[in-house]
Amino acid sequence: MSEKIKFTIDGKECFAEPGQNILDAATDNGVYIPALCHMRGIKPAGSCRLCNVKIAGRLMTACTTPVEHGMDIENDIPEIQGLRLAIIEMLFVEGNHFCPACEKSGNCELQALAYRYQMMVPRFPYEFPVKEIDASSPKLIIDRNRCILCKRCIRSFTDENGKNIFAFKKRGHKLQINIDAKLSANLSDEMAQKAMDICPVGAIIRKEKGFDQPIGTRKYDKVPIGSDIKSVI
Amino acid sequence: MAKKITIEPVTRVEGHGKVTIHLDDEGNVVQSRLHIVEFRGFERFVQGRPYWEAPVLVQRLCGICPVSHHLAAAKALDVIVGAGTGDGLTPTGEKMRRLMHYGQIFQSHALHFFHLVSPDLLFGIDADPAIRNIIGVALKFKDLAVQGVMMRKFGQEIIEVTAGKKIHGTGAIPGGINKNLSIEERDIFLKGPDPMNIDKMISWSQDAVNFFKDYHKKHRELIDTFAAFPSSHLSLVRKDGAMDLYDGVIRAVDAEGKKILHDIDPQDYLKYIAEEVKNWSYMKFPYLIEYGKKDGWYRVGPLARLNTADFIPSPLAQKEFEQFKAYTNGKPNNMSMHMHWARLIETLHAAEMMKELLNDPDLQKDDLVTKGTKVKEGVGLLEAPRGTLFHHYRINDNDQITMANLIVSTTNNNEPMNVAVRCVADSMIAGQKEIIEGMMNAVEVAIRAYDPCLSCATHALGKMPLEVSLFDSNNNLIDKKRS
Repeated sequence: MSEKIKFTIDGKECFAEPGQNILDAATDNGVYIPALCHMRGIKPAGSCRLCNVKIAGRLMTACTTPVEHGMDIENDIPEIQGLRLAIIEMLFVEGNHFCPACEKSGNCELQALAYRYQMMVPRFPYEFPVKEIDASSPKLIIDRNRCILCKRCIRSFTDENGKNIFAFKKRGHKLQINIDAKLSANLSDEMAQKAMDICPVGAIIRKEKGFDQPIGTRKYDKVPIGSDIKSVI
Repeated sequence: MAKKITIEPVTRVEGHGKVTIHLDDEGNVVQSRLHIVEFRGFERFVQGRPYWEAPVLVQRLCGICPVSHHLAAAKALDVIVGAGTGDGLTPTGEKMRRLMHYGQIFQSHALHFFHLVSPDLLFGIDADPAIRNIIGVALKFKDLAVQGVMMRKFGQEIIEVTAGKKIHGTGAIPGGINKNLSIEERDIFLKGPDPMNIDKMISWSQDAVNFFKDYHKKHRELIDTFAAFPSSHLSLVRKDGAMDLYDGVIRAVDAEGKKILHDIDPQDYLKYIAEEVKNWSYMKFPYLIEYGKKDGWYRVGPLARLNTADFIPSPLAQKEFEQFKAYTNGKPNNMSMHMHWARLIETLHAAEMMKELLNDPDLQKDDLVTKGTKVKEGVGLLEAPRGTLFHHYRINDNDQITMANLIVSTTNNNEPMNVAVRCVADSMIAGQKEIIEGMMNAVEVAIRAYDPCLSCATHALGKMPLEVSLFDSNNNLIDKKRS
């Protein structure tokens, strides 16, 4: 068995497996680092930038940086938390996130982060971009108003036969998630639910099942996002 | 000198309205109008959204009666998902929704009567505006104010346990409901410490009806003649003619009580009802097609419901209903201020219905949703606190809404409110040498009797202080007062 790597986060002594990224290692040590694009077990993308931490004065994404011996990582400091709030605000203004009528409300990671970081009114002007909804699949709806382009669906979701049903289309600011309507038609209800659960926001929605989870039983109704990690300590 | 009087905005109503009254050189009213000056466009921006979002999205029209929109939309979608109408839902689905709805009627009627209307009755229409408000009521009539606040709270808490939140919940979903009522939740209302239990609410509702009846005895002329005018009345009734605020068939009677709309299926409403657009208001004018734009208008709301129903299916409210009907010898009641009497009888009915439902074991069952063969179009009607509410949706093959039509209670009462304003203008403002604040408030009192929910009608929220402007015949501003 290889030797554990010793490092610190905000002065707390932590241990990691060799090759483990900072985000997963922090989670294992009961330290919460927020992220929207990262899911344990899939290749990190480093796209949302929320997991930025400071190492030797440099900002690094915790999901893509392997832990090294003796690393002193700054995570819960005003500078980093301020940057994270700014990123959350930017995500809100560049899409059309209308929580009041969104069925992912209460289960949405972006909304939960906004609450955790006590976002009030974004400092940036709303862009109100014109986005399309793709409702052509009989099982799922893609609502691009809410998509944050985290690529979780593309990186982690395949149908029962191992085929990708999500893909990127177009480039630059026109980049968007597309769904293969034909392939997705064969998804079981469980798989459709899995696709919805992978999405951190309400961009992938099961058809005809909206709002069947009562308020009060949703994931973030009672505790802030990241509470499960804190409780490890 | 000819004058134009503007009351803008109308206060102690929900939303923004403006009244203009034009006087000729002799001071006679030549024209009076209630203008609805806000525009929101829910019917347009709901297009393209998945149909199951409608009950949650469209309820944002209002913070006072969101449940009405939530349920009307859900009822329309029941039809779309093949659950049908009436008893198509599971007993738990339907009864949970009914409980939510009666909670809504109860809290909204309490707000309407105690918070918005009682200052006019307790202090007088022409009392100093500084005390003629809910704070004034709280200071001088503390028990009554507390009663109003607690009744509203009770209704809101019923909504919370059925919809998930006091305002803008998610309980009703197409084909049913997303939760049942636990024994613990139920017992809060059945066995709660005084005064927060259903028995106290029934007793307070009776007190409120008695308060109004006493007031009526002492102020008979005001209550019987203020803005009284003949009209038709329209509402849903149960198939057997009973009052039913959640579901039924559409019935209308004329001013003499003759049925002019014979218990039609709400799905067919477009065959009987149309809407006229006028260039001076964002609010449309609905009318019965058979009787035309000029004569086809009708009243909705508590007064209309007591005029169309044959009986009320709860004992205490039925007793009050009998007295109410006896006052007009069984004929329709056309007195605007009797709207408050009717409203308080309905409040009592809602409290009785809540008790009946809370004691119903169906609410603890788990069969929540019904679905059948999907169709592309559905209509949902219910009796919202202010009157009949219509929701109508069409969807495409991809489950997106392609059309939404909402006729809200206030819209149905558009012409009646204009007529009521004209009545007050003719009787209290015409020929007066000086226009005083009390006269202006009288106009607002007439509007408040019907409906303080102008926001729903064009679909905004907000309240602003009263501003009164006087114009001469050349439209020059000659005086301006702000409360």
